[in-house]
Amino acid sequence: MIFHPEKQSIHQTFSIFNKTFSFLMLMLFISLTGCGSGESNVSLGNKTGILHWGNGTEPASLDPHIATGVPEHHIMSSVMEGLVLKDRRSLEPRPGVAESWTISDDGRVYTFKLRDDARWSNGDPHIANDYVWSWWRALQPALGNQYAYMLFPIKNAKRYYDRETEDFGDVGVKALDQRTLQVTLTNPTPYFLQLLDHYSLFPVHQATIEKFGNADQRGTRWSYEGNLVSNGPFKLDEWKINRHITVTRNLHYWDNDNVALNGIVFKPVENTVTEERMFRAGQLHVTSSVPADKISTYRKSNSTELKIAPYLGTYFYRLNIKTPQLQDRRVRRALGMAIDREKLVENITKGGQIPAYTMTPPGTMGYYPKSTLAFDPEGAKNLLSEAGYPNGEGFPTIEILYNTNEGHRKIAVALQEMWKEYLNIDIKLLNQEWKVYLATESAGDYQISRGGWIGDYVDPNNFLDMFLCGGGNNRTGWCNEEYDRLILEVAPSQSSHEERLAVFQQAETMLLDDMPIIPVYTYTSVKLVDSSVENLDGNIMNQAMYKDIYLSPRQ
Amino acid sequence: MYRFALGRLAQAIPVLLMVITVTFFLIHSAPGGPFSADKAVPPEVIKALEEQYNLNQPIWQQYLSYLGDVIQGDFGPSFKYSGRNVNELIAAGLPITAELAFYAMLVALSVGIFAGVGAAMRPNTAQDYIPMTGAMIGICMPSFLLGPLLVLVFGIYLDWLPVSGWGDIPGDKILPSITLGTGYAAYIARLSRGGMLEVLSQDYIRTARAKGLREPIIIIKHALRGGLIPVVAFLGPAFAGLLSGSFVVETIFQIPGLGRFYVQAAFNRDYTLILGMTIFLSTLIILFNLLSDMLAIWLNPKLRQEIKGAN
Repeated sequence: MIFHPEKQSIHQTFSIFNKTFSFLMLMLFISLTGCGSGESNVSLGNKTGILHWGNGTEPASLDPHIATGVPEHHIMSSVMEGLVLKDRRSLEPRPGVAESWTISDDGRVYTFKLRDDARWSNGDPHIANDYVWSWWRALQPALGNQYAYMLFPIKNAKRYYDRETEDFGDVGVKALDQRTLQVTLTNPTPYFLQLLDHYSLFPVHQATIEKFGNADQRGTRWSYEGNLVSNGPFKLDEWKINRHITVTRNLHYWDNDNVALNGIVFKPVENTVTEERMFRAGQLHVTSSVPADKISTYRKSNSTELKIAPYLGTYFYRLNIKTPQLQDRRVRRALGMAIDREKLVENITKGGQIPAYTMTPPGTMGYYPKSTLAFDPEGAKNLLSEAGYPNGEGFPTIEILYNTNEGHRKIAVALQEMWKEYLNIDIKLLNQEWKVYLATESAGDYQISRGGWIGDYVDPNNFLDMFLCGGGNNRTGWCNEEYDRLILEVAPSQSSHEERLAVFQQAETMLLDDMPIIPVYTYTSVKLVDSSVENLDGNIMNQAMYKDIYLSPRQ
Repeated sequence: MYRFALGRLAQAIPVLLMVITVTFFLIHSAPGGPFSADKAVPPEVIKALEEQYNLNQPIWQQYLSYLGDVIQGDFGPSFKYSGRNVNELIAAGLPITAELAFYAMLVALSVGIFAGVGAAMRPNTAQDYIPMTGAMIGICMPSFLLGPLLVLVFGIYLDWLPVSGWGDIPGDKILPSITLGTGYAAYIARLSRGGMLEVLSQDYIRTARAKGLREPIIIIKHALRGGLIPVVAFLGPAFAGLLSGSFVVETIFQIPGLGRFYVQAAFNRDYTLILGMTIFLSTLIILFNLLSDMLAIWLNPKLRQEIKGAN
């Protein structure tokens, strides 16, 4: 340490007062300040090819058969890869570990040809049997894999999971040789290739998992820093709890020559306001979201950093049809028709959300559903009076349940006002802490409840099969056997894509006519992206293709 | 003194047992479990998970086996962070929170004592009113307001200091320490002013003045030791408060300390993590209170006599 003369004089002045005191001050000064001002992460990262990524929360796990959240997904998709990738814009399937594949004429048998140069990050050869073993593991009930159902399109996978068959040999996945994997499905499943890019179908490294415990044991340390062996463009380098996770280039990756980034730093920043400040200070290239009240400021200044893209998710309200006053279909329709969604997204949510009149977001795999729902206050009023409540008279007060959150509250208040204005009915609001709200909703102990659904894969099926009779995500008490038949039997047996979509349209219309749910808006993904980040295109899955991203600093 | 300390430690055992019992049953009776999620979790998955974490056993059995583990110093595995145990999570966050608390305490003590003693030396003048008004504002200003304000001014507009992080960029520890320390500085300023005023009016100070000693000597040699007793008594609770109450500052500045886990654990119903953190922090609070009591006894001859008399 260099001792400056001016510090000495400061020292002397203080010594009159108290030597210990000045010592404290000095210690504080030395320990809190470093020397020289640091270069920002962004400008440093642009030089070294390191992307700094705001990643929401601390990941709970990086085991693809245990993890569930979006932050986990981001990290896993940088260090792991499925048989098939997605195009970063269109989300069309693109070769991943499989360099090619063929689909049988009946759409049930997929044969994948794996790359000769596919390797794990420790250099081990990556072979077809890795998938057989990984999917066997994913289907072990003891593991508690919440996404096991993603494998159910595979023949006998569900039966194996439910222990109706003990023999994994019955399940439709076979390694024909080291480079050839054959997958047999129960029904032709047009979205099957997409599922391969979901982490629940990612391959895991058998030797590593077995080194740290049993294959079906939760909470072993195989996916931790220093242990994880994976097959993606990057590999796990460092995991500092609540601080960051860093991944670096995987030299054994088959397409390493075309990976531009040298690494990614994933920062768990829970607080969106903090995250936005970090972005402004050049500590992050990309944020995971933007505080709602800042969006309009960025929009007004025509910021090129603000990126808003439609997101495959629907914000909706569940109506508990066991509630006496909501048993009448006309009442439910009236509630759905008396919401001015345009006004709501314009003035309340403000994040570019798209008013939703169907459960499935329009454009899901070329599906543009027609809706029988529109903003029609007069029609709504007539329906309500047909149901026995002219001008809302005699309609009992009902309650909207939502989980404690300022955004949800604002929307509930807006609905409360609109229903008062257009239908003259009284609504009470009830907020509950997240887990309490989940318990209340699952128990059916509500009248109207806020809901949200983000698609796992791009297909109308993912939105419509929620409302099957007694389905875990239904929670409305609504049950229509004809609807179930359309989703479970008719749609899968259609031979063409168009015919299948027509069946979904039919089911969607039934859902909207009966209205156990009220769609409100289609989500958008909103984030801030530094101008140096290239090839991070907005897509409806809000999924980044990290191997495509490169950094080009602009002067 | 030793008997006093031992007695207090013995009292701590039933207190901790109470804390564990109440927290355990409260958190288990809260609606929703660690595995409930927005996307419905299939019943068979819930069953498998409950088996793995022994949640399928009767609650009293879970309680007893948890108690057995805690006595052996094992807080068990976290429910949320698969593969991590609670001891590990506490060990990861503690050094950072402790460092933050230490710097905040340095800020609080240096600013607080300086302002308080200064004010007491010239009561009812500008030298008293200005720092005391500042102290009042400091006490009233919540850290979730002060933190972002400091960041906006020094981090964004002036661009002098980093806006977040802990030990990542030089200087990133300054703003969090000031934010966390300010409220305590204000409190310490008021305590030391009060303590000093009381001491300065005592006979022995008058004697010292009559001897013709210079004012700084009187303050430092004679008045401070007695005048700062209220501050010393406050140190224990203050340290405990800094350690357990740093959540807001840790969130604002993106600091990977203990506080962030604590609040998230409650939202996640991460039973073992909540319990582990609660037990750990309660132990700290008990210990710090004991330490500050012992320090106060050591500083105050009257109290020492009382303890001796009682023994």
